Amino acid sequence: MALLFHIGRYFMLLGEVFSKPERRSVYWKRTVEEMELLGVKSLGIVSLLSLFMGAVIAIQTKTNIDSPLIPFYVVGFTVRQSTILEFSPTIISLILAGKVGSTIAAEIGSMRVREQIDALDIMGVNSAGYLILPKILATALINPFLIIISMFLSIFGGWMAGVFTGIISSENYIAGVQWDFDPYIVSYALVKTVVFAVIIATVSAYQGYYTRGGTREVGISSTRAVVYSDVVILIANYLLTQLLLL
Amino acid sequence: MIEVRGLSKSFDQVEVLQDINATFKKGRVNQIIGKSGSGKSVLAKCIVGLIRPTQGEVVYDGESFQAMDKERKKLLRQEIGMLFQSSALFDSLTVLENVLFPLRMFATQSEHEMRERADFCLKRVNIVGQDAKYPAELSGGMQKRVGIARAIAMQPKYLFVDEPNSGLDPQTSIVIDNLIREITEEFDTTTIVITHDMNSLMGIADEVFFIHNKRLWWQGSRDELARSDNQELQDFIFAGSLMRQVRKALRGE
Repeated sequence: MALLFHIGRYFMLLGEVFSKPERRSVYWKRTVEEMELLGVKSLGIVSLLSLFMGAVIAIQTKTNIDSPLIPFYVVGFTVRQSTILEFSPTIISLILAGKVGSTIAAEIGSMRVREQIDALDIMGVNSAGYLILPKILATALINPFLIIISMFLSIFGGWMAGVFTGIISSENYIAGVQWDFDPYIVSYALVKTVVFAVIIATVSAYQGYYTRGGTREVGISSTRAVVYSDVVILIANYLLTQLLLL
Repeated sequence: MIEVRGLSKSFDQVEVLQDINATFKKGRVNQIIGKSGSGKSVLAKCIVGLIRPTQGEVVYDGESFQAMDKERKKLLRQEIGMLFQSSALFDSLTVLENVLFPLRMFATQSEHEMRERADFCLKRVNIVGQDAKYPAELSGGMQKRVGIARAIAMQPKYLFVDEPNSGLDPQTSIVIDNLIREITEEFDTTTIVITHDMNSLMGIADEVFFIHNKRLWWQGSRDELARSDNQELQDFIFAGSLMRQVRKALRGE
């Protein structure tokens, strides 16, 4: 029953979020600010993770190739496929759920316990729309760019690890990256990214918006935001994969 | 004028307010008093529409809030100013941006005119040269004054003030009280103040509404307070020794 209650309230909140904005220019300005806060400021961690994950995938793939019948370019191919299909859209989104999701829940939760959301409501501002819609738009717009950067950096990380450790030549790696490339997998990854971005923003905002109590409860809301966003992302990942790849 | 008609509120079968009937007059400081936990803040939240009453209605100048559609409620709320106990200033906005906020959301004026209005409101509450500061950089009294400036930015018809003196020293409390009084007279607002501060009550109240035992136990003017025979009211108002001295003085004992 509790689950149904939360699902119902979540969709009712979304109804409020997507109702007509009081002033579009204010919402757009906030969206741009949120793009910087939630997107651009995540670039560092996304870049670091991507470089090292690509490097690790390359080394692990090479060390697990025992058969001399398997060509070396499989390393580049595996890094590309793993990165585009799962690592960049899903794992980076899970990481962003931790960073961005907790920020969103903490910010909105703090505003709730400090009566700032009540202040918005009393002024006649649609508090749900004003606070949450710019975050949804910002993450949905900026995350695909983050993920594309992540894809390039992960593949580059694989190249660096492969070439600098001498386990694979640059030509073989690049040949693997280019081999049997289907552009559809990039579309699939970007569709997943946008869906995951909306999940992160809305689930986290939901947790923050309905925070009751004080600072301790804000912390609990932040933790819940990360956990629930991750769970919903994993379920959505399975469903989208089945829908888009089968 | 705001009328509360037969208002009751329960939370999970626990009744907090029972059949409240009250009229809050325009251009007057209406103070709601009562012990902590008596339900006065719940009453205020029901009046401004933050909490839906279990029964009854709130009527703003002849128009029932409960009967209004969503858009009408939004428009009405633009005529409401509220100062919260915690000031509830937006902590990521500067002082000036806080006061500009309702104007930017709703006003149709140019940015220059909005800026002029915000400057006027800040000057009116004696906040000068603090525009670029963030709320956390201000004292409690200054935060309250910025809160008042934000509340009057849209020239409200109704002003709600929740525990204006909590956490303030006596001198600053008097400044805030006087400001509420002056703004009520100057802008002819229907002002409702929630308080349990007796100095504030004696200083600025025109009408007093005493909530006790879930009900509106007593109501009358400030002058009628001391003369009232209502035991619960007397026990509440004159609980402190200083206030007992005041009562003696008022009664010429």
